[in-house]
Amino acid sequence: MAEHARRKRTHYYVVYAALMVCTYLTWQIAYFDLGAFNTVAALGIAALKALLVALFFMHVRESPRLTVVVALGGLFWLGILLTLTMTDYLTRGWMT
Amino acid sequence: MSRERIAPHPPALAHQFDDLAQQHDVATLGIWVFLATEILFFGGLFVTYLVYRRWYPEAFVAGSRALLVWAGTTNTAVLITSSLTMALGVQAAQTGQRRRLMLFLALTMALGCVFLGIKGFEYYTEYLEHHVPGLAFQFDAGQWGHAQLFFSLYFLMTGLHALHIIIGLGVLAVMLWWSYRGVITREYSNPIEVTGLYWHFIDIVWIFLFPLLYLVGRHVHG
Repeated sequence: MAEHARRKRTHYYVVYAALMVCTYLTWQIAYFDLGAFNTVAALGIAALKALLVALFFMHVRESPRLTVVVALGGLFWLGILLTLTMTDYLTRGWMT
Repeated sequence: MSRERIAPHPPALAHQFDDLAQQHDVATLGIWVFLATEILFFGGLFVTYLVYRRWYPEAFVAGSRALLVWAGTTNTAVLITSSLTMALGVQAAQTGQRRRLMLFLALTMALGCVFLGIKGFEYYTEYLEHHVPGLAFQFDAGQWGHAQLFFSLYFLMTGLHALHIIIGLGVLAVMLWWSYRGVITREYSNPIEVTGLYWHFIDIVWIFLFPLLYLVGRHVHG
């Protein structure tokens, strides 16, 4: 039990270090002109950080499948919101 | 009927559950259902932001460059650190280390207050620079109208996020009180875990707010 707890704490510190490195990277990358890739990099790193927080700090990795389904359900509906809105706004220019 | 069902159940177990494991799964499932609604609550604002940013990219770049990037970056680090202390607190609760739990809850609250302090300083700076829409808003003449859209979304999104932090601080204060009173035990650590899930979620919202609001225009020189 104590061994397990110690290993888990090590995981937390490693994840924390990774999150801090990602924060530093996203901040520095923002100053280089990469064109459209600026947004891709910013959102990609944010998604990676969110995934790390969810999997390790929020214990999604070891949660019952039903909990994972609910979490993914929230993301799925967000996806519908994003996709259907953007299919409108991103394609308006095509008509003219 | 097995003998376990007739035997008196542990004090931490509510009557309607078979065992502590089931009670634990139900508690975490409940907060995740709430967090799913929160994903869509903030999601609507993120979609609004993306649509307007696509319509008025120059104004959004100009607005973003007017924000204090050092404050946003520091606050990102502060919130991530508070997530670490929260995770360590949850673990202390699960292993029944009361003093450690109280220490980490207090640390998490302190970091939440630091976040709000920096955020408040930013709001004050923006107020002095007349960047608050509706309060004698001043901006580069070419972007005056659309920059107000950026700042409206900025204040709405960070304001709602700050409100979540304030609510989180209130919940953490109750958790600290419960830990002190001995309500939280190794068998009954669900309240701490549920609070932790909420706190980590607020962290995730900020993880997306930070690049979208503070970093979008940094690479544009001039």
